[in-house]
Amino acid sequence: MDFLETWGISIAVFVPVIGALVVMLIPKSWGEDLYKQVALAVSLVSGGFGIAMLVNFNFDDTGRLQYLVDKKWIEAISSRYIVGLDGISLPLFLLTLLIVPLCIIYSWNHFPEPHNPKALLALILLLETGMLGSFVAQDLILFFVFFEVVLLPMFFMIAVWGGEKRQYASLKFFLFTLFGSALMILSFLAMFFLADPHTFDMRALPTALQGVALSTQVLIFLGMLIGLGIKVPMFPFHTWLPDAHTQAPTVGSVILAAVLLKLGTYGFVRIAIPILPAAAVKVAPLIGVLAVIGIIYGALGCLAQTDMKRLIAFSSVAHMGFVMLGISTLTQFGINAAIFGMVAHGLITGMLFFIAGSVKERYHTLEISKLGGLLLDAPKMGWLLGLCVMASLGLPGLAGFWGEFPAILSSYSPAHGLNVELYRIFMVISALGTVLAAGYLLWLLQRVAFGPSKSHGDGHEQIHDMHVSEGLAWAPLIALIVALGVYPGIMFKSTDAAVAKSLAACLVDDKGPTCPELADMLHAERGK
Amino acid sequence: MNALLLANETAASAGWMLRNAWIIPFIPAMSFLLILLIGKRTPGKGHWIGIAAVSAAFVLSAIAGVQWIQHVNDAHHASGSEEQALSVGGGTLAAKTESPTAGAAPAEGESAAAEEEHVAVAPVRNSVTWYENEGTNVKVGTLVDGLSVMMLVVVTLISLLVHIYSTDYVHGDRRYTHYFAFLSLFTASMLTLVIAENTLMLLCAWELVGVCSFALIGHWWEEQPNSDAALKAFLTNRVGDMGLIIGVTILYFAAGKSFDIVKINEMANSGEIRQFLLLVASCCLIAAVASKSGQFILHTWLPDAMAGPTPVSALIHAATMVVAGVFMVARLYSVFFHGLTIPGSSINLLALVGAVTLIGGALLAFVQNDIKKVLAYSTISQLGYMVMALGVGAWTAAVFHLFTHAFFKACLFLGAGSVSHACHHSFDMKAEMGGLRKIMPRTFWTFVIATGALIGIFPLAGFWSKDEILAGTGGWPDTHGTGTYYAMLIMGMLGAALTAAYMTRVIYLTFFGQYRGHSHPHENGPRITIPLIILAVFAVGAGFLNLPPGVFGAGDAHHPTGWQERFGHYVEPVGKYFPDVVHATPSYLLAIVSSAIGLAGVAAAYAYYRKVETRSRAEGRKLTELPDGITTRSKPAKAFHTLLVNKYYLDHLYNNVIVAGIKGPIARAAYWFNQHGIDASVNAVGKGSVIGGKFLYTYFDQKVVDGAVNASGTLSSGVGEELRHIQTGKVQQYALLLFGGTTVLAGIFLILLTT
Repeated sequence: MDFLETWGISIAVFVPVIGALVVMLIPKSWGEDLYKQVALAVSLVSGGFGIAMLVNFNFDDTGRLQYLVDKKWIEAISSRYIVGLDGISLPLFLLTLLIVPLCIIYSWNHFPEPHNPKALLALILLLETGMLGSFVAQDLILFFVFFEVVLLPMFFMIAVWGGEKRQYASLKFFLFTLFGSALMILSFLAMFFLADPHTFDMRALPTALQGVALSTQVLIFLGMLIGLGIKVPMFPFHTWLPDAHTQAPTVGSVILAAVLLKLGTYGFVRIAIPILPAAAVKVAPLIGVLAVIGIIYGALGCLAQTDMKRLIAFSSVAHMGFVMLGISTLTQFGINAAIFGMVAHGLITGMLFFIAGSVKERYHTLEISKLGGLLLDAPKMGWLLGLCVMASLGLPGLAGFWGEFPAILSSYSPAHGLNVELYRIFMVISALGTVLAAGYLLWLLQRVAFGPSKSHGDGHEQIHDMHVSEGLAWAPLIALIVALGVYPGIMFKSTDAAVAKSLAACLVDDKGPTCPELADMLHAERGK
Repeated sequence: MNALLLANETAASAGWMLRNAWIIPFIPAMSFLLILLIGKRTPGKGHWIGIAAVSAAFVLSAIAGVQWIQHVNDAHHASGSEEQALSVGGGTLAAKTESPTAGAAPAEGESAAAEEEHVAVAPVRNSVTWYENEGTNVKVGTLVDGLSVMMLVVVTLISLLVHIYSTDYVHGDRRYTHYFAFLSLFTASMLTLVIAENTLMLLCAWELVGVCSFALIGHWWEEQPNSDAALKAFLTNRVGDMGLIIGVTILYFAAGKSFDIVKINEMANSGEIRQFLLLVASCCLIAAVASKSGQFILHTWLPDAMAGPTPVSALIHAATMVVAGVFMVARLYSVFFHGLTIPGSSINLLALVGAVTLIGGALLAFVQNDIKKVLAYSTISQLGYMVMALGVGAWTAAVFHLFTHAFFKACLFLGAGSVSHACHHSFDMKAEMGGLRKIMPRTFWTFVIATGALIGIFPLAGFWSKDEILAGTGGWPDTHGTGTYYAMLIMGMLGAALTAAYMTRVIYLTFFGQYRGHSHPHENGPRITIPLIILAVFAVGAGFLNLPPGVFGAGDAHHPTGWQERFGHYVEPVGKYFPDVVHATPSYLLAIVSSAIGLAGVAAAYAYYRKVETRSRAEGRKLTELPDGITTRSKPAKAFHTLLVNKYYLDHLYNNVIVAGIKGPIARAAYWFNQHGIDASVNAVGKGSVIGGKFLYTYFDQKVVDGAVNASGTLSSGVGEELRHIQTGKVQQYALLLFGGTTVLAGIFLILLTT
């Protein structure tokens, strides 16, 4: 047990990168299957550690960082190697550990052009390390490094295995995120220098930064808002997303949707809000505004799409809008909903991208007007598409509902210090977003799955229903979508106490703010 | 305090089935999974699983019904009130006991013991934690009282009959197994809805029934109109769901972060929730009612929903699912009661919506040639009656009408299906039907009985329930309703005349005159006719469950005897979670007048269509070719006819203006802005930063910079090929550079901040 306590996280995080090296070192002559087997085995080993940590996780104390490791790292800049898991990071950590092996299984027999499974698998594994590391890092520099590690593999994945406009899309993705990273590191450094004592330790920063003037805090927060907001992606920093998604290979899209976008929202919940609570209260209405614009705007964007994959990509803007809305309420309920929304969106949109990839493989197009009758050609895929569409539009009983409805609910009554009327307007607008979501998703379903088959008579080969590898890759996702939908308690149990703790720095129970600084701020507001 | 203790004790001593009512929806839910998984491999391809499950659910619901009656009787005995020996439903004999139990204080101090209506009967509740969030414990559980039990019985009974009917009706269908799977899921969802303990569960079940409706309307999705209808139903319901989501949210916070239905009602009654909040919540929830229960102006999906198989129309779009909205109002009645200030008033939104729907729907029924669509508009109109009744404070009348309507409307729909099954699957009354009276006697007679019940002919079921609604408006002299809603009384009476007339039209066109179709109609087999007969029996008998006091026996308003007010007695909640509604005094004169109006409608329509049909035969022209007399002679009449044919242009407004507007120009404009507004500026910034980037990233891989230049301007093909061979490994270098660069920036930032 001690071994797991001290080494569990590190092994789970770094095994994939070692695996990537091994895959690189295997000579081509030994055969392609070996890469796949090694890659899958590596990701499963990592996943095994994840499961072991889940089993040993103390769910009565999810607010505490468990499996915590705190070691010297780069002393010159007082950056330490601090990793740990609490109730907020656990679901996302496990989501990553799940998605990666499924992506490897899915691509088993059909690697995208220009094939080269060796390189693609190595990149996926490298990506896994970056993503896992981001979710466990408790030191800003460590977080930043992992955050950036993610960038390059994804860039190459799009640039090399992508569609026709891959160069444009990959560079846009790269530069956009880089721009955000620059602002983010700027904010991190500002916090470091302003902290008393200087530290990058996320646990210590809330108290170390208490003396900083509110206006400074707000500036720093805004830096993070843009940096993280680009990753989310938040309106108006979202335009890289549809291009990146549309051009990326299927597994790239899945990883992007399922995990990468969550790095941004996770950053808000883990870093920005707990460390700068007073600034969060100031900036939250702005986040809320951008979130509801994203919800409506993303939905309208979806309605204008003619390409299935691009439509799903745009739907991410709308869905992440709900997540951001939940976050912007700064309530325990809202942030719980946001984390649920992250995981649900990861599972559901990941599934939708998988299906889109398989549709493309069979019909050689994703142009919606050329599709139709999927339910006749490939009934199983058609039904799964139907299920995922229902999950995505927030049907109760499936996972998507618990990200959406609680977010709307929580915006009726945001944290103290936030403008209630404004948030009620958010509530109504976001509820309107659910109608639009049903519109574009059902419209997609109708044109792709219903109607007569369009594949016959124009020279297409017989459409093959779900392959074994697809079935294996999808089954866990579907099972989780249903399980989380029916019993949301599993997730809320993990996140609830942790969110409470992360908000405790500033919040704000019914009696008023518990943090003196915020109380002063609110007092000053009232004085004006 | 005593009363509370008593309530808890009685809850604990309630029948086993009442405490474990979750089993009832659980069985069809399992049946859904089972049919999906193994249905195709079972004999009959799945329908046996569904029938068995729904039968079991029906039997358990019936047991729950009996236990609820015992539960109510027990509560009365416990309170020591005078209790008559009752014989209900063929044999539950409640013996008279004189022993008042200790601590059996009546809920309200004053004179409660004397009036049986005032004995509080605690609903039976049983719940477990669903999830906890922010210290709020959200439960999943059952709330069983008279209303739920009544709904359980109605839903399972009609579902069972529809299952049996379907084995013949959709025999040989492409997706026979899926059809039964979704019938099961629908039944499960609806049963969950009616026993939901809290508004969140209600919301979940509400949307699940919506999905089942979507799946079943679009059952034949190969044809575009069917999937269009399914989409329309779902989307319209989503619009209403917005109202439900917001309403539930408002009530959640108003009740101190609780979804608990009983608690919300109690707090609304005790005035702990501000009236303004209740008003806003009610208005939001009315939107939900309008979409689910087909009220104006969100009713337009319901007629289109007839694209689904006919048994589905009977089950979902007439008898059960569409009453979910009515049920929801009945369930959260205290909210509406106080929010809309129903008592003592003469108009409110709910009553108005109901009354407008009742007339508007009935008028539309006249211009339909499709028999199912007539019935669909009739459903809309009848749901309008129920909503109106709730709006005027006649709770029992509304719920009783829901109960009777379920039987006769299911009977009518299944009858229409039977006719169509015989006539080449056409639903066109003018072109393909006529004269079926003698060919299909069983269908004919059951249809006539159900029509009689719908019109409200004495002594069929609809007569009693409709009359109760009219009396409940309080507009008739000396009826003493909860309020005095004159307008609703008039609209209700007018509606009765219209109902009578359009139903006569249906009967005449379908069963009288001469057969106009080209097939060889025949009476259907027992799996179709037996459900019809059973439903017809209920259409005759259901009304006797709630005879007004003083009818067929002694008794008066305070002491009904025999069968008088049995339905109200057992179904209407008594307790702190239900508002103080006033029971209107029935009026013989009102009953006579409304019956006369109905009969006049029948007579007028019969005379008219007899004339038209005779003329068409005499002139040798088709019925559809004949110009309708008055609409050609009078301009206003013609204009009105055009308005009706175009369904008040609501569909036009929704499809061509709102939906087309959002899908077309608005979405395209948003996307144009995305590409040419935001994205163009992004690209411009990209170009700008490439220039800067040349400097900033000098050390960075030359190829990437090239790529940036190329991507923002001309795309050169070589880069891609080279990128394909690039290996990773630049991470540290890149991170270091970025880090260094931003350190400089941070320095500047800090200097700026400190100065």
